[in-house]
Amino acid sequence: MSAASLPAGEPRAIPTAFAIAEALRIAMASDPDVILMGEDVAGGGLRPEGTEEIGGIMSVTRGLVGQFPDRVLDTPISEMGILGAAVGAAVTGLRPVIELMFIDFLGTCLDPLLNQASKFRYMFGGKARVPLTVRTVTGAGLQAAAQHSQSLYWMTAGIPGLKTVIPSNAADAKGLLLAAIRCDDPVVFCEPKGILFVASDVPEGDYEVPIGRAKVVRRGSDVSLVGMGATVGMALAAAADLERDGVSAEVLDLRSLAPLDEDAILETLGRTGRLVVVDEATPRCSIASDVAALCVDRGFDLLNAPVRRVTAAMCPVPFTRVLEEAYMPSPARIVEAARALL
Amino acid sequence: MTRPPTTEVLQVAYRTMRTIRSFEEALVALVTQGRLGGFLHTYVGQEAIAAAVCAHLGEHDHVASTHRGHGHCIAKGVDVRGMMAELFGRRTGTCGGRGGSMHIADLGKGMLGANGIVGAGIPLATGAALTAKLKRTGGVAVAFFGDGASNQGAFHESLNMAANWSLPAVYVCENNGWGEFTPTAFVVPVKDIAERARAYAMHALIADGMDFFDVYAQAGEAIARARGGAGPSLLECKTYRFLGHYVGDPLVYRAKHEADDWIRHRDPLRLFEARVTREGLLTESNLRAIDVDVAALVADAVARAQDAPFPDAGELLHGVFATSDAEGAR
Repeated sequence: MSAASLPAGEPRAIPTAFAIAEALRIAMASDPDVILMGEDVAGGGLRPEGTEEIGGIMSVTRGLVGQFPDRVLDTPISEMGILGAAVGAAVTGLRPVIELMFIDFLGTCLDPLLNQASKFRYMFGGKARVPLTVRTVTGAGLQAAAQHSQSLYWMTAGIPGLKTVIPSNAADAKGLLLAAIRCDDPVVFCEPKGILFVASDVPEGDYEVPIGRAKVVRRGSDVSLVGMGATVGMALAAAADLERDGVSAEVLDLRSLAPLDEDAILETLGRTGRLVVVDEATPRCSIASDVAALCVDRGFDLLNAPVRRVTAAMCPVPFTRVLEEAYMPSPARIVEAARALL
Repeated sequence: MTRPPTTEVLQVAYRTMRTIRSFEEALVALVTQGRLGGFLHTYVGQEAIAAAVCAHLGEHDHVASTHRGHGHCIAKGVDVRGMMAELFGRRTGTCGGRGGSMHIADLGKGMLGANGIVGAGIPLATGAALTAKLKRTGGVAVAFFGDGASNQGAFHESLNMAANWSLPAVYVCENNGWGEFTPTAFVVPVKDIAERARAYAMHALIADGMDFFDVYAQAGEAIARARGGAGPSLLECKTYRFLGHYVGDPLVYRAKHEADDWIRHRDPLRLFEARVTREGLLTESNLRAIDVDVAALVADAVARAQDAPFPDAGELLHGVFATSDAEGAR
């Protein structure tokens, strides 16, 4: 089934991938300047009769080209060319959405983000608008190994002038993507592998989740578990475990990594006095380290215990299952870290 | 076939070339006197290319430029006083003092920016051409770049995409014989950069970049093709960088007679002047009157820039994002 064939009407549980497709469809229908570019996003203009387009590596965009034939553009495998052209298109009147198949491929095309899109507004004296969205798949867990499993959002979040968002569920994915596409700044929209095919309730119609706002997804009083993307689900599972032991855990979903909702982090720390931050990325120069530094810097008086970081290991992502599991954060490791603070 | 340039076109072109030359001669003097800092790359010797290409462009056409971008900015109509103030880091600069020499841009004039990254303007122009095609603006996008940039992946990826999509783009390679401090022939196996167009089934042209009339004719053909829907072209202009890679370049790496020969025999302004006076297209007094105007403009630009205020340090975080200035800190 493609996203195109979903019934309209009641709120329904749909996979994140379908929620993303809904957002794209709404954005394109409501603004003729929105275009979609990437490798196989249309799925081949020369398909033999009787075959279906693939709609990108995760089939997220399947069916869109039929509705918007001039605005869904298959590109060559030329990430530098695609990203660079998207920046040029964005500053001249289009609102491009780019599919960068995996965030690992930033290595082939960093310049348009690092030195062009992120800098134009500031560098040109506040006069440029760069309404560009880069959708990209992040994270481990599918045995995709070292070059297709990284969580490099710390790189883009560390570049001034770029926004980086990462949803943890289908409803936020739809709302954050609509906000990203309509934002006049360049936004990196992360699609964690761990949530792409997980279904959850998604409202009908057109709505936006504001960029830069974290959300408390579970109330608690003993310890705060701060997650992002797929680690929010891990934190919720850990919170359920801790509950059985009589420990009340609050879970904060960052949703936006840049800008970072510092107030929400300090507020949850204020309620619990203890904080574990869970990040699917490697620990050095990470969002987890940023959050820990924030707690010490601006929240020292709120702390009743050290801040703990639960992250991936500081090594390339391994292929074989046993090592990949050891590499990634998990509910068990979160529970262990939280217990150590009590 | 491009029609020969009218008297008006020739007057504008000479004013553009003379403005670029005078603007940059002033910069060199200011740096020598210790009155101006930053990394400056001069366009002296290459003026005919920007002037001739931009003579075919309007405000709805876009250009993307390079680290050697002053000439493209001036030819595309960016205000010279604003540019000078930018180089002085003043609030009145084209970019409010935030960009500097390598980042002067004026999107309202269709100028997508000088660029500090070699080759980075090529995909930007490709994207501007995509906008023109999808939105049917009738516009054309031109990427100016050097021979060095034609060795970057961005060049090859962009030419492939532009040819494949038949975009209204013109890729103008200013082959000045040197990539920073390395001779082009040392790092490029093809005789002409234009040969690289064949790999992308793209129309290719070669012009004498010191001859305004030749560049004007060839660029006219390439731009007319693009505007008419016949797709992109690669136009190689053979030229020479008179003053080295940057202001202050000790020039130890190239033979003095090489530059002297070009400067003595192939100066684009002197070649232009000789031809227009010989053929009676413009008079000596026309040209001298423009010289006087331009000298006054550049002197005024320097005087105003020096007197203009700097931005306030309190504005450091302004303009990082379109959506909220306060977010710059986070």
